Amino acid sequence: MSKLNSKIPAGSIAEKWTNHKAKIKVVSPANKRKLDVIVVGTGLAGASAAASLAELGYNVTAFCYQDSPRRAHSIAAQGGINAAKNYQNDNDSVYRLFYDTIKGGDYRAREANVHRLAEVSPNIIDQCVAQGVPFAREYGGTLSNRSFGGVLVSRTFYARGQTGQQLLLGAYSALNRQISEGNVKMHTRHEMLELVVVEGKARGIIARDMVTGEVKRFGAHAVVLATGGYGNVFFLSTNAMGCNASASWVAYKKGAFFANPCYVQIHPTCIPVHGSQQSKLTLMSESLRNDGRVWVPRKLEDAEKLRKGQIKPNDIKDEDRDFYLERRYPSYGNLVPRDVASRAAKERCDAGFGVNKEGMAVFLDFKYAIQRLGQDTIAKRYGNLFQMYEKITDVDPYKEPMQIYPAIHYAMGGTWVDYNLMTTIPGLYSLGEANFSDHGANRLGASALMQGLADGYFVLPYTIGDYLGNEIMVPKINTKLPEFEEAEKAVIAKLALLFNIKGKTPADDFHKRLGAILWDNVGMSRNEAGLKRAIEEIRKLRKEFYSDLLVPGELMNVNPELEKAGRIADFLEMGELLARDALNRNESCGGHFREESATEDGEAKRDDENFAYVAAWEYKGVDDEPELHKEDLVFETIQLTQRSYK
Amino acid sequence: MADIILNKIYVKVWRQNSPKAKGRFETYQVENVSQDTSFLEMIDILNDKLIREGKDPIAFDHDCREGICGMCSMYVNGHAHGPDTEVTTCQLHMRKFREGQTIVVEPWRAAAFPVIKDVMVDRTAFEKIQQAGGYVSVNTGGIPDGNVILIGQDDAEEAMDAAACIGCGACVATCKNSSAMLFVAAKVSQLAKLPQGKVEAKKRAKAMVAKMDELGFGSCTNTGGCELACPKSISIAHIARLNREYLCAKLSD
Repeated sequence: MSKLNSKIPAGSIAEKWTNHKAKIKVVSPANKRKLDVIVVGTGLAGASAAASLAELGYNVTAFCYQDSPRRAHSIAAQGGINAAKNYQNDNDSVYRLFYDTIKGGDYRAREANVHRLAEVSPNIIDQCVAQGVPFAREYGGTLSNRSFGGVLVSRTFYARGQTGQQLLLGAYSALNRQISEGNVKMHTRHEMLELVVVEGKARGIIARDMVTGEVKRFGAHAVVLATGGYGNVFFLSTNAMGCNASASWVAYKKGAFFANPCYVQIHPTCIPVHGSQQSKLTLMSESLRNDGRVWVPRKLEDAEKLRKGQIKPNDIKDEDRDFYLERRYPSYGNLVPRDVASRAAKERCDAGFGVNKEGMAVFLDFKYAIQRLGQDTIAKRYGNLFQMYEKITDVDPYKEPMQIYPAIHYAMGGTWVDYNLMTTIPGLYSLGEANFSDHGANRLGASALMQGLADGYFVLPYTIGDYLGNEIMVPKINTKLPEFEEAEKAVIAKLALLFNIKGKTPADDFHKRLGAILWDNVGMSRNEAGLKRAIEEIRKLRKEFYSDLLVPGELMNVNPELEKAGRIADFLEMGELLARDALNRNESCGGHFREESATEDGEAKRDDENFAYVAAWEYKGVDDEPELHKEDLVFETIQLTQRSYK
Repeated sequence: MADIILNKIYVKVWRQNSPKAKGRFETYQVENVSQDTSFLEMIDILNDKLIREGKDPIAFDHDCREGICGMCSMYVNGHAHGPDTEVTTCQLHMRKFREGQTIVVEPWRAAAFPVIKDVMVDRTAFEKIQQAGGYVSVNTGGIPDGNVILIGQDDAEEAMDAAACIGCGACVATCKNSSAMLFVAAKVSQLAKLPQGKVEAKKRAKAMVAKMDELGFGSCTNTGGCELACPKSISIAHIARLNREYLCAKLSD
């Protein structure tokens, strides 16, 4: 008997959510007032959840490591948010969004969760409009849409290239209203460092005040983690500098299973890496692939001349350009899903057609769109992205094609959750990018915003009642309990341990080396030997970290190096799990490409017979092998087929 | 991208160990900086050097490093976010600096933004202003279809212009009076341009302005420095709209 109970409701796919809502417990307003909920993270999922739970009457305490909830990294999402509104009359529907998401995820997501996501998606748009989110509009005043990768309809709503910002500011405004009414207690510049479990239930957290250094206890009847993804384990990624996996990781070590860590999204359109001093990578929105055409030279000698700076991209004639996405995937063309586009770029660069000095870039060209639509239209659609590109590279993308290359962007894997978004620790929930549930092995563009807000506005506020309904007799959680004391002691000991190593090497150094191990062996292309090597190397690096780390400054003051050291200590464990999961999954699916499992023309080959399951890992000790639990993926509605975008 | 290396530059930076400690400038030498690196990557290089020398690295706020989170906040050579237009400090690149140059780095200086450490400041005052009324009072759920409210493209675009504010505080740091008018105006104007925000427009304008005054921000004297320093080029026309909204609200009291 599996330890995993996904609690997928019975009934046909379209009725599951409705049936489930009818059956789960509801807490009365009088009792909600007596119940405390902790929400960690204030991105789209966290801010929307904290605001919505507070509106319902729960006492919410929220945390973020930034100086304001508005700065969570959801703010950086550019392109848009999907919703099955069918405003374009192009035959979109809840079913089609559901189907596209399952297919885009390469049949590795849970059907019931994805259908629910598609069902609530229209409500998200309505909610955001009501909050004053300035979505793009048509001349007649209706909402405007654009297309994203992996779909054949226009269902993406957007606010210029700043959709994440506007949606987050909407959720932030709702959160602010609850803070001002006293329903949410907000702790900024606080970092969660431990989860407190009392008698098997999540009852609170230990957090460090990042200004004073004080370690504090917080109790609640339920704890919600909306702490984002673990992409920064690779060091270079499109994530913000502070994004980390520590909250999810301490939960994992306390018994919350971690699912599918090997599913990491590598986004095809990022500004390429230059030199060795770079701290992060910048994404160029997928929406650009609506109008930009991706190409490399057809002739190797042209590529070589480009790399040496002997010719400019515009010197290469149209007939000498290889629009490889259009060539390989005629029906989806430049709008194939991210995993497919990324691998295709790598394939061309590995074959010697890369166009920058390092040979690790392809072109994204707007010349054709500007000829067709005029520069003004392109500026209106992508102006801020073009400006951002020019500031970073000193190249004007209106005149010369952009250079792009894939980069780590998003974590599909995450904490395992059931249909209620509850982890394997009762009372602990995981939302948004932090959980594993909706995107399978590859996320479609504009679906992260949809999932974050769906979880926070329309799923958790219902499902949390089913748990808290049984907690109404539990008094306020006493933070003087021995479990709190032990957890606090453990945190203080861990900080002291890192601080007192007093070696010679700053934390970032280890982080960069970990990132290089992962990118080389657990990146876009993986094989058994490389994965085994990665595990060995990570273990070695971890040992070195604990003997040679140098943390400067003071324990009881602002100390960014201490914060980093703690996060990297967790990444050094998490990276190993990532490699282990990739090693176990000897098939190719979505963002996970195993060289051992490819078709003759180099496309990913799934193995449904052996791997149509969620891999949920149970912690057994830092240096011990974790235990694998399998949740079989049952496809009742959609037939599994080999994905094709040709 | 031309790969030009700055062999030697000097960073003269504000060091202050805690809010109440006395601050001072310290000058550090930084070597071998590619002009393609961002300003914050240059600070990373300096900090790496300081740590290896056993010194305390410079504390500074930063996060997304792509100009949208609003966390970074350095006053570089007398300009909020440094000597480039329409950028945050993280988007500033070393190609704006030359060999041997001394670069002066200060925190935002405003009574309402006390220094926490080095060039890191406390912008909680901005939070309090937003909490005073920077929202539309709607709960989650029970909302009519998004297309029920028709909004002209021009109005939506103008609202978006204002909504682009990232809350960094460059406007306050630049203003000789440390006024937060552009910050407040951005939110008031965004919501005043949209039918959803009209219902509470008067209440909002009054509450946010009152909170701004209470928190020790100065008055606006229309010198327009804020607009120039704003990384998102938010126009002071929004301040005009805020004044109009505020006046109308006060007159109807």
